[in-house]
Amino acid sequence: MELMDQTLTLLKKEILLEWRSKYAFNGVLLYVVSTVFVCYIAFSLSAGFAGSSGYPIVWNVLFWIIMLFASVNAIAKSFVQESRGRLLYYYSIASPQAIILSKIIYNMLLMALLSTLAIIVYVVFFKNVVGDPLLYFTSVIIGSISFSTVFTMISAIASKAGNNGTLMAILSFPVIIPVILILIRFSKNAMDGLDRSLNYGHMGALAAINAIVIATSLLLFPYLWRD
Amino acid sequence: MRFIYQSWWKVLAVLLVLFTIIAGFLITVPRLPIVHETVRNTFFHVPMWMAMFIVFIISVVYSVKYLRSANPTHDLIAVECVNVGVFFFVLGLITGMIWARNTWGEYWSNDPKQNSAAIAFLLYCAYLVLRNAIDEEQKRARISAIYNIFAFPVMIVLIMVLPRMTDSLHPGNGGNPAFSKITDNNVRIILYIGFIAWSLMAVWIATLRYRIRLIEYKQNSLD
Repeated sequence: MELMDQTLTLLKKEILLEWRSKYAFNGVLLYVVSTVFVCYIAFSLSAGFAGSSGYPIVWNVLFWIIMLFASVNAIAKSFVQESRGRLLYYYSIASPQAIILSKIIYNMLLMALLSTLAIIVYVVFFKNVVGDPLLYFTSVIIGSISFSTVFTMISAIASKAGNNGTLMAILSFPVIIPVILILIRFSKNAMDGLDRSLNYGHMGALAAINAIVIATSLLLFPYLWRD
Repeated sequence: MRFIYQSWWKVLAVLLVLFTIIAGFLITVPRLPIVHETVRNTFFHVPMWMAMFIVFIISVVYSVKYLRSANPTHDLIAVECVNVGVFFFVLGLITGMIWARNTWGEYWSNDPKQNSAAIAFLLYCAYLVLRNAIDEEQKRARISAIYNIFAFPVMIVLIMVLPRMTDSLHPGNGGNPAFSKITDNNVRIILYIGFIAWSLMAVWIATLRYRIRLIEYKQNSLD
């Protein structure tokens, strides 16, 4: 269980670094809050929109768009902050699988926390129209986990390729679109308060996508990592 | 690798393509409501995707080989297969759009199958852009091989799995019967020959492009 030990140690180190600076956390939290606030101001310009029939659809889609951009911003940083020398040091002490696994788990925890805070802020500003809050919250957590797995590997690729924002966006968006389509359908069902058994298929599909992405990340990261 | 320099399968490809074109236009097809004679599009639209899958699979195989061997010619094969695959992707989209105009009423009718195909197209365009973003040759080959392997399962999910989960107008998806279920044996035989014919054609184009790239690569190398 060397891999587990290494992963845990690296995960502790990630959390400790973040706890000391709180840069990624505070930065993305502020990003989410200001985006939500901008959207709130912009939508409140058209009076009576909150009562209209299209409001729940916009509510749901807008939330996922905000989460999408917040997670791109949060996770794009995960490999840039590592200097070349530090990567070389990791190379000598840990296996590449442990490194990518610890990054994925760390990003999952970070995104789960951030999206919990984001949905709270979002509900405070926008009138709550969710019919099944527990299921909606489940979809938010599953969504943040899926975003983390996909974006961690993409950010590793983008950081090797000179790491500009454009590259991160064009590489990740085609991969994330199937995930976000399923998520929007899933969360819309939760919002309308439909029967929970309708969503087992969505959960299964997301679990399968996550499994594929994590498996390919574990297989491919050792090749990506060497310079 | 001697296979790509032999000519028997290229002759076979030309003969089979000619056969599918002639037979595809001449045989009597079952008369079905709405689709009518557009059933014949099956002989041209579906083999485009088959050819695309074949070259993309070859590309992934050579990307894996590149990661194991770091042989630059494997990278050349992978990238040329993706180029040809993207070309057949466009052909598949165009033949599908013309058919959709005549049966569904619009070139683009926001159908899940069409949308997923468009997203998968973006995925492979991203691969080509990623290649342009990196200057150093070995690094470019390695990183683009990794992205290619990463993109392939996503493409399969997009084109084969997602449209089947939702309501799609496309035959074979969303509860619509596939053509193979409602048509007779002649149609099926021509369709299968079409698969082989266009796949061979795609592989032939890819090998020609690869051989040009190989000559350029040898001219540019120092020894």
